[in-house]
Amino acid sequence: MKKMIALLLCLVMVFALCACGTSETPAASEAPAASEAPAEGAAGSVYWLNFKPESDGALQDIAKMYTEETGVPVKVVTAASGTYNETLTAEMDKSEAPTLFVVGNTAAVDTWGDYCLDLTGTPVADELNTDAYMLYDADGKLCSIGYCFECYGIIVNKALLSQAGYTIEDITNFETLKAVAEDIHARAGELGFDAFTSSGMDDSSSWRFTGHLANLEYYYESVDDPAAWEQCPAEIKGTYMSNFKNLWDLYINNSAVNPADLANGGFDANAEFANGEAVFYSNGNWEWSSLSEKGMKAEDLTMIPYYCGVEGEEKAGLNCGTENYWAVNNEASEEDIQATLDFMYWLVTDPEASEIAVGTFGVMPYKNAAQSTNPFLANADAYAAAGNYVMPWVTNFQPNVDAYRAALVSAMNTYDADPSDANWEQVVTAFVDGWAVQYAAANG
Amino acid sequence: MRRKRDGSAVNSYLLRRPIQRWSPVFLLPMAAAFCIGFVWPFLHGIFLSFCKFKTTSKWTWVGISNYLKAFQDESFVYSFWHTALFAMVSLLLINVLAFAVAYALTQGLRGTNLFRTVFFMPNLIGGIVLGYIWSMIFDGVLSRYGTSILLNGRLGFWGLIILMCWQQIGYMMIIYIAGLQAVPEDMLEAARIDGASAWQTLWKVTIPNVMPSITICTFLTLTNSFKLFDQNLALTGGQPYIINPDGTSIHTTEMLALNIYNTFYGQAANARGVAQAKAVLFFVLVAGIGLIQLYATRRKEVQQ
Repeated sequence: MKKMIALLLCLVMVFALCACGTSETPAASEAPAASEAPAEGAAGSVYWLNFKPESDGALQDIAKMYTEETGVPVKVVTAASGTYNETLTAEMDKSEAPTLFVVGNTAAVDTWGDYCLDLTGTPVADELNTDAYMLYDADGKLCSIGYCFECYGIIVNKALLSQAGYTIEDITNFETLKAVAEDIHARAGELGFDAFTSSGMDDSSSWRFTGHLANLEYYYESVDDPAAWEQCPAEIKGTYMSNFKNLWDLYINNSAVNPADLANGGFDANAEFANGEAVFYSNGNWEWSSLSEKGMKAEDLTMIPYYCGVEGEEKAGLNCGTENYWAVNNEASEEDIQATLDFMYWLVTDPEASEIAVGTFGVMPYKNAAQSTNPFLANADAYAAAGNYVMPWVTNFQPNVDAYRAALVSAMNTYDADPSDANWEQVVTAFVDGWAVQYAAANG
Repeated sequence: MRRKRDGSAVNSYLLRRPIQRWSPVFLLPMAAAFCIGFVWPFLHGIFLSFCKFKTTSKWTWVGISNYLKAFQDESFVYSFWHTALFAMVSLLLINVLAFAVAYALTQGLRGTNLFRTVFFMPNLIGGIVLGYIWSMIFDGVLSRYGTSILLNGRLGFWGLIILMCWQQIGYMMIIYIAGLQAVPEDMLEAARIDGASAWQTLWKVTIPNVMPSITICTFLTLTNSFKLFDQNLALTGGQPYIINPDGTSIHTTEMLALNIYNTFYGQAANARGVAQAKAVLFFVLVAGIGLIQLYATRRKEVQQ
């Protein structure tokens, strides 16, 4: 009897190991097998792994709409804030992996390029009205395409600005922005509001500076040397770090929060702005929905470029670009891939669906998509129409983006608490040399 | 043979037979769960540490290069020494304080049960929550002095020590109380009659008799310190960094587990194999240190 049990236990162990062992074979070899399976009825389904928690509700509605119209099941899963990479890594390992996922920058293309279907010539890619939002891998495969684009800059509360005795026309470059901001900050007690909202450096807010604000440095550098910036450069020069410093100093020294407290975070810049506690708020067009929900009116709001003291910046426009890039999983079954491509095409062409999507995401750069009603995106268009230069999201090149930004946050925290030249040198080192280090780590 | 006939004995034929027959029902689910939940992932993890991979099902074999890279990684070596220092300090503090509290609460004070409950409660709060709560407490105090736990690695280190003491002392206290209550009363009485002072009684009678509790408590605090992750992540997340002139950075408060996590997720996917190699080294290290410590303290235990 004892032997029987021992034997049984051994069998179970062997079985368990073998059962798991079979999953060890590379998934690549499974894909064709799956596609040979006979198609049954409305074969294929869509599984979209979304990375923006704020758009989850709208996407669920869109998914339901599509299923009602066509009978094709659409599953939308949204990764918890800040955990998209972890979620994607886990989900891609499952047998029911996402068929549609987000590959939003060159670092992501490096990681997930192998899993991306070449989108060249697909109907949805042909619907794009610009070639600005396409990400290619080193071999020239079209890995992902933008499904919307957004803009960021400095959001201004025009009503408060006029209460302080200025109009938006007074601000045309860094000099004038600095003069206005410092004057408002000096009179904050009497006016009842300050110049800038808090620039908290916790994870919920630091990306506005290590991601967005940093873009001005990369952008102007890329203007000087466009050839070096066609791909992610192995190293950067930091030519415009003084301009980055200009604007950062302006942000932290002209707000109600003591710069030394910024490291702790826990501030709510959006609420400060919506409550009329500050005139300027560094952020992007996606803030419109929450600002309007809190009662702000479009006519009181506008967005201005990052004026930072660069020559000719009077002709600057907003930072337009996106990290919202669709990629299709090339390891999904053929039916699923087809269903996914059909769904994408439908979303960018169907008037009703694209209207919801545009309301959530911003502008969809597709020929037949609905028009955006976002006032900040209208600002971006107005700048472009007036002949100002658009600042694309060069930030998307940041290598090993999380590690790179974490070092930058640490250096900026030290500088905020003690704004000495030596501490700024640390920020420059993290910004410029840190780039080379992370590039080498990511491509080594 | 006589035993077998005695139907009431625990190992009698009548009792043993059904146990033998039905044991697989009880054993197999657990064995299967153990294999699926532990043995298989463990072996798979070791295997992956020799591979380059993005998802665990798609890999290429690269041999020991991941291990070489792990050893060459300055941040990994730094976090090892940081963790070792942390483990030593917290091991000492937690055990001394836990023993002191347990000793005080076995002296028949009023409200002993209330105190025991209060001291034990921090242990019921999850690590992430605790980390955020304590970061607020520390920053509330430190901001008066124009600094923050995120700005000074020394503060980060001691902050984490305070947090871990606060969380773990109650738990270790319970173990020590159980040990103290098991010290034979006749030994204590003999010591009293022989005229031993309280101090002598403590060192010569009480502590040798609670050696088993000390073994288990030092084992727990040591391995807990080495494996510490969520409190580390939530309190400082490795900040502040020392930015080296060449652009690399040292994460001053990053411990081993967090270093592995950051290697896995913070960097591009080609570092995942390295992170896996680090994790295997981490296992060997924790298991090794735990075993050595168990061996060392076991020898000091007295047989009653």
